[in-house]
Amino acid sequence: MNKILPAPFLSLFLLVFWLLLQNTITPGLVVLGAILAVAIPLYTNRGRDFPATIRKPFKAIEYFFLLLVDILISNLNIAAIILMPSRRIKPALIEYPLDIVGEVPITVLASTISLTPGTITAEIRRDGRALMIHALNVDDHEKLIASIKQRYEMRLKEIFKC
Amino acid sequence: MNMTELPGWADWLVSSLIIIGALFALIGSVGLARLPDFMARLHAPTKSTTLGVGGVILGSIVYFSVTATFSWHELLITIFLFLTAPISAHLLAKAGLHLELKRVENTRDLRAQPNQYSDED
Amino acid sequence: MLVFAVQFAFVAFSVALLLNLWRLFRGPDLPDRILALDTIYINSLALLVLFGIWHGTAFYFEAALLIAMLGFIGTVAAAKFLLRGDIIE
Repeated sequence: MNKILPAPFLSLFLLVFWLLLQNTITPGLVVLGAILAVAIPLYTNRGRDFPATIRKPFKAIEYFFLLLVDILISNLNIAAIILMPSRRIKPALIEYPLDIVGEVPITVLASTISLTPGTITAEIRRDGRALMIHALNVDDHEKLIASIKQRYEMRLKEIFKC
Repeated sequence: MNMTELPGWADWLVSSLIIIGALFALIGSVGLARLPDFMARLHAPTKSTTLGVGGVILGSIVYFSVTATFSWHELLITIFLFLTAPISAHLLAKAGLHLELKRVENTRDLRAQPNQYSDED
Repeated sequence: MLVFAVQFAFVAFSVALLLNLWRLFRGPDLPDRILALDTIYINSLALLVLFGIWHGTAFYFEAALLIAMLGFIGTVAAAKFLLRGDIIE
């Protein structure tokens, strides 16, 4: 199993991507896609030095939908800030201490922060234990940090078991 | 113009997706033009424009699925945009910090050790 | 309804593109201009998709996908250049 499929989720993703690109499903295309989905991870596996395994796929799907809803809400927030008549926003640079470890979980968390309400990940601290976040309009930064921790980081911790 | 007539529900669905998407994209661009400093401007396009284009593309998926054959491949663009938006935002934020652009005066710097973040290797 | 929606979206995206162009010329700094270019390619991609709906063909999809990919690479290259003064290290 591990010899033939070093990265099962990458293989699945490649197969789905291939079928989407072709926009039709015929047996020939599925077979060709399956061959590619096995061959590409085998060929590129040597270069992957960041092992990451999703331990709980269903939690990951739940996380995806939570993220989708949050992106919608974040856009309404941003729209309200942009269309506010006054220009008085309260931006802040915040340090966000990380609990999770590993390159892939931190990358996912950073992308999540960038896509959700009023925050953008700008930088990671040199020792890799904290993220620097720019928040567009924040009153209480402790509350923001706590909400990110509880809403996203806990879930990611469960998904990646790290 | 060469659009096919859609059944009632699809007409409303596609129209509202396109209008909502266009509004979000417009708001994102207004934000890009209007917000006071670079770090704040970064917020508007990465979120709103991505979602706006996502809405238009969803509308296109529904339209082509109803008029022609089932068609999903526009979804690729949406997925791609949502994957790449945080990355380009991150890189641009890094560039903005590196060049030490002016920030609006009321930006609070709440970092404990600001010198730990420079990107000198 | 759909005709109105697509026309409305054409207008909205065109105004958005004009605003982006304003930011592109105004600056004031290089990252602002790169950000404006980034937004311009995303908006023009949406215009292409809308054009595809308007003419009822799916032929513009590939062009839109290519714009998405090349635009992203362009943004990354430009940001990288600002960070390091070099694109390929």
